[in-house]
Amino acid sequence: MQIIETGNVAAALGVKLARAQVIAAYPITPQTPLTEKLSEFIESGEMQAEYIPVESEHSALAICIAAASAGARSFTATSSNGLLYMHEQIQWAAGARLPLVMCVANRGVGAPWTIWNDHQDSISQRDTGWIQIYANDHQQIIDSVLKAFCLAEEIMIPVMVCYDGYILSHTHMPFDVPDSEIADAFLPPYRPPYALDPADPANLNTVTMPDGRPDVRGDISPGYMEIRHLLQHDMVEAIPALKRVEERFRSMFGRGHDPYVEPYRCDDADYIAVSLGSLSYQLHDVADALRAEGVRAGVLSVHLYRPFPDRIIAEALNRCSGVIVFEKALSYGYQGPLCSDIKSALYRYAQGKPFVTNYILGLGGREITTQDLYEALKVSCSPDGGAGEETRWIGLKIPAGGTQT
Amino acid sequence: MPAGDYRKKISLSESGPGDAGKTGSWRIVRPVIDPDVCIPGRRNAPACYICWLYCPDGVISRSVPPGIDYQYCKGCGICAEECPTKAITMVEESSFIKE
Repeated sequence: MQIIETGNVAAALGVKLARAQVIAAYPITPQTPLTEKLSEFIESGEMQAEYIPVESEHSALAICIAAASAGARSFTATSSNGLLYMHEQIQWAAGARLPLVMCVANRGVGAPWTIWNDHQDSISQRDTGWIQIYANDHQQIIDSVLKAFCLAEEIMIPVMVCYDGYILSHTHMPFDVPDSEIADAFLPPYRPPYALDPADPANLNTVTMPDGRPDVRGDISPGYMEIRHLLQHDMVEAIPALKRVEERFRSMFGRGHDPYVEPYRCDDADYIAVSLGSLSYQLHDVADALRAEGVRAGVLSVHLYRPFPDRIIAEALNRCSGVIVFEKALSYGYQGPLCSDIKSALYRYAQGKPFVTNYILGLGGREITTQDLYEALKVSCSPDGGAGEETRWIGLKIPAGGTQT
Repeated sequence: MPAGDYRKKISLSESGPGDAGKTGSWRIVRPVIDPDVCIPGRRNAPACYICWLYCPDGVISRSVPPGIDYQYCKGCGICAEECPTKAITMVEESSFIKE
């Protein structure tokens, strides 16, 4: 059924279709309408689930961890400082191998306070062992939530579905709501491989020694390093697993896309702009404008950020002469994290080695005008990347020297 | 995912002696019960068992007098701290090695 609704409602409808059994969340802008919508669904009886109000994001994720440990399909959502407040439990959920799904309505992080969009919140959780999927529009949000549960439960690794705060969370857009019967066939009830049982008590995620230890039967249990090695191994295995999930989704719902990257006019491109999230679609217009001037520009949107599909991304980029990465996040003291990851992928897989340049933009909701993108990309579509490979900023009103422009 | 595969991916312990191995080897001080001071020992009847109640590793038996399983006792000293008659003394393990 086609409807016109906000990105947050698209996410809530996805969670409802997934028949999540436990939802614990704490309101934070711009995620709040998502959890409000879920509590409405539960209150009205449209959705059979426990909604557990909590006093903090740390508690929200702790409850989801406990619920998933008891075998329930569990969901939470947050943004910005709320996500950072979960940080300890985020790492725990991954190490405990629980198939949680969390939506992140992306927002900048304080200080100073900002409620507007950038990607610093979820990007800063890059190394926690969660899968990260970035959606570009409302259809991708609702579809990704369903796929995320499917993927998480197949490989027992939690998944974050990230989408731009306000730009997607609060704007209305038409999208198709998957048929509930097909959704049930796509995502059957969760069958946990292990669930806490009072009749057979066990202690989960107990202290490990540097070496494995004997269990009650005298068998050697995996130690910390084995458990972490398996997490890394299974994260890499999530790359082909996501493709299987995508293929199944496509066969059942009749739509879908490349689960890793979304190329636009990249086949013959000399220069490819790369970004995460809704910014990619704004860049499509810029690529079109440059094409009209005879510059062969393309856009590559990265959907799967962790695990990083490095070979796939390098293959998508290795025939062009320049890669221009537009990022709403920064590893302070170095460069944009996606830029670093792409350079690393190209170093390993691309013999031609296109130049890679990096723009930081849109932090704390600073408006990204298509004209600014056009000018930046036009400068960079030249054999030396315009101004070398230094990280440059778009949209600054007062440059580092302090003089207002 | 089969349960057996999943259990290899996490740290999970079940109740019972020996999860974490023979933890008695961790001990540097050994609780020793003086049966002439201990209430069940003195009365020759089941009683008190505060030590059994407090032992975090479940290695003290409700016998007369109480027994301690030194294969698993880590020597934490909680039993000695809690004993109302001060019947339990923590003795350096090195003194047993010398014997």
